[in-house]
Amino acid sequence: MGLFILRRLGVMILTAICLTFIVFFLTNLHPNLEKLAKTQGEMRMSDEQVERWLANRGYDQPLPIKYGEWLGVWPSKIIETDDGRTYGRCLETDVSIEDTPRFCGVIQGDWGFSTVFRDEVSSIIATRLSLTGKLMFWVMVLMIPSALLIGVLAGMREGSRTDRSLSTLSIATTATPEYVSGVIFIAIFAASASPLNQWLASMDWIEGRTLFKGTATSAMESANFNNFFLPVLTISLYGMGYIARMTRASMAEVMTAQYIRTARLKGVSFPNIVVKHALRNALIAPFTVIMLQIPWLLNGVVIVETLFNYKGFGWVLVQAAGNNDIELLLGVSVVSVIVVLITQLISDIGYVYLNPRISVS
Amino acid sequence: MEPLSWGAIFAGMFTQLIPVWVALIATFTLSIVYKRRLGLYGKLFDSTIGMIGFALVMFWVFVAIFGAMDLILTHDPLSQVSGMKNKGPGTPLRGAEEGDYAYYLLGGDNLARDIFSRVMSGATIVILIAPLATLFAYMVGITLGLPAGYYGGRFDTLLSFVANLVLAFPVILLFYLLVTPEIVNTGLPQYMAIVLFFFPLVFFAILIHTRLKQQPQKNVIWLCAFLIPLTIMYIVTINAPGTKIDVLGPVDFFDPAAGILVVFVSVVFVNSPTVFRIVRGLTLDIKQRDYVLAAQTRGEGAWYIMLWEILPNARGPLIVDFCLRIGYTTILLGTLGFFGLGLPPESPDWGSTINEGRKLLSIYLHPALPPALALLSLVLGLNLLADGLREESLRD
Repeated sequence: MGLFILRRLGVMILTAICLTFIVFFLTNLHPNLEKLAKTQGEMRMSDEQVERWLANRGYDQPLPIKYGEWLGVWPSKIIETDDGRTYGRCLETDVSIEDTPRFCGVIQGDWGFSTVFRDEVSSIIATRLSLTGKLMFWVMVLMIPSALLIGVLAGMREGSRTDRSLSTLSIATTATPEYVSGVIFIAIFAASASPLNQWLASMDWIEGRTLFKGTATSAMESANFNNFFLPVLTISLYGMGYIARMTRASMAEVMTAQYIRTARLKGVSFPNIVVKHALRNALIAPFTVIMLQIPWLLNGVVIVETLFNYKGFGWVLVQAAGNNDIELLLGVSVVSVIVVLITQLISDIGYVYLNPRISVS
Repeated sequence: MEPLSWGAIFAGMFTQLIPVWVALIATFTLSIVYKRRLGLYGKLFDSTIGMIGFALVMFWVFVAIFGAMDLILTHDPLSQVSGMKNKGPGTPLRGAEEGDYAYYLLGGDNLARDIFSRVMSGATIVILIAPLATLFAYMVGITLGLPAGYYGGRFDTLLSFVANLVLAFPVILLFYLLVTPEIVNTGLPQYMAIVLFFFPLVFFAILIHTRLKQQPQKNVIWLCAFLIPLTIMYIVTINAPGTKIDVLGPVDFFDPAAGILVVFVSVVFVNSPTVFRIVRGLTLDIKQRDYVLAAQTRGEGAWYIMLWEILPNARGPLIVDFCLRIGYTTILLGTLGFFGLGLPPESPDWGSTINEGRKLLSIYLHPALPPALALLSLVLGLNLLADGLREESLRD
């Protein structure tokens, strides 16, 4: 087991390095750098000025060296420009050049500086990630129990009417991407022009003009049901169907097992069979699926945060990518890659741990 | 003129869609009458869910076809009519002339364009790109997945690593990195197209050659019949005037519309690794079977076994996944449109229209809802179709 985890960790690090290098390569293509220079410097710079701007900030070095600097395995270069100013990754305002450390990359814990937000990448990611963490927590709270419930109810009597309707419902939720369900929810529950809201307002049953809020910006400070429910529901709905279908399949398989039939013949009541005998074995497969859904949720998070204007991690990803904010984008990719790979690892280990029939050697 | 009531709006849409209803009824009658002779396709008509899914999918397919033939659209999806900005459903067209359709059936959008026509012509874009891109992803996935599963070893390890690498990327980040105008100017999507679009050529070449190796004459004829048109298509698709890859000049007779190639390439690129993993897994399973061992004993070549023994026996799960994947590709296309990537902003594809409509959603509901419901119904149809196919193929 230890060796297995060690090997997986090795692959993880290799994957993370490859991925960040690809991101690094793509963000450092010359047209992107030119755009960066023009947005950071001045819009109407001549080609020559752009080149000088880039050279002054070390962007003209060979790609592997730049990557090495970012990673922290290559000494960072300190550049003195013609007008006497100095630039360098490691420089800080209150530290003299002699005292500046030679290496300052991700390994040393220095994630760089965001050109869009004019702030340390690490602090941006920390604050935004905690906001997204709040969102994800409530998504999990809503999604997992309801998905398991739907799956178990559908799977315990395979082929019944409950099963058919619940299965169709789960198919429908997997067929609704977040940007569709989000738009529909906003149109029904959060738009003042929606007939439902107009009716509710005319009956004086709601305060204000809408049932829910169409933006979740205020939820960053204080989340409540009113401003946070729609984004949470939108994300959970897309993932819910898939987990429910996996649970249903697993439950249906368990219900045909010999030991369940024995229990029934012994006269155990049906609810007892489901809760005490079937459920535990039926929940092994969904566990893996839930873990593997987390990277997919990340996708939904980006869409929903954009749609509801909730300034979390996904929103930062869009901002960083749209403005070619190289170091912030790299930070974002590192974090998301780590999330993907760790969930994969946990799901593998958890599967082995929960299912004694499988062994890792 | 008075605005239309909701009943009249639906009646108007119904009459506008008459060619689609006729085609749908014809398809269903013919299929149900001959369903016993139609194999798996015929069996689909035994399951209600499958039929509903098939009807939804075929509805949009026919809308796409007749929309491209200009039988359904009431107005030009790109032209703006003054005074129709954000007007509600059923608003009479201002200054309608003889021969114009007198109403905006689903209202006008933020730029005073007819929403009904935009949604219907958006179907053409989606129905054109999504299945084709999925097909290409399948060619790539099959051509790489079969040998990876069959041979195993270093080759497999390397390819699996690359596939996992692409899959570990958040899709939206990948799109942002591939589809921004700056990257498109470097020609990167075109280079990727060179690689990705080459796989169908390889696939068909090997497919034909392995089968007809013993009959050289037939082999040459079939190879020419497939490869010459495909190669021409390959070259003219990738070649585009005014970009990095422009060798043909005036001979280039086919250029995909602006942004379509880029969108296509990125969607194929995102889908291929998953297909690769599925094909690889199926190959690993099937290569242990007796008929594969028998073929090996007969002395058949490795590629013959992969393409003519393993692949046909993996078709069940692959067909089901193909349907699901078209739906997923549709979602991806919508995601691209939602973030305003790839296709030009005036494009009537559903993702872009939703993106446009959501900005004013709290005041005007009608621009965003029709494309959202259209996308939902198509993807739902594909999912139900896949479910029906799975059920029917499991039955025997």
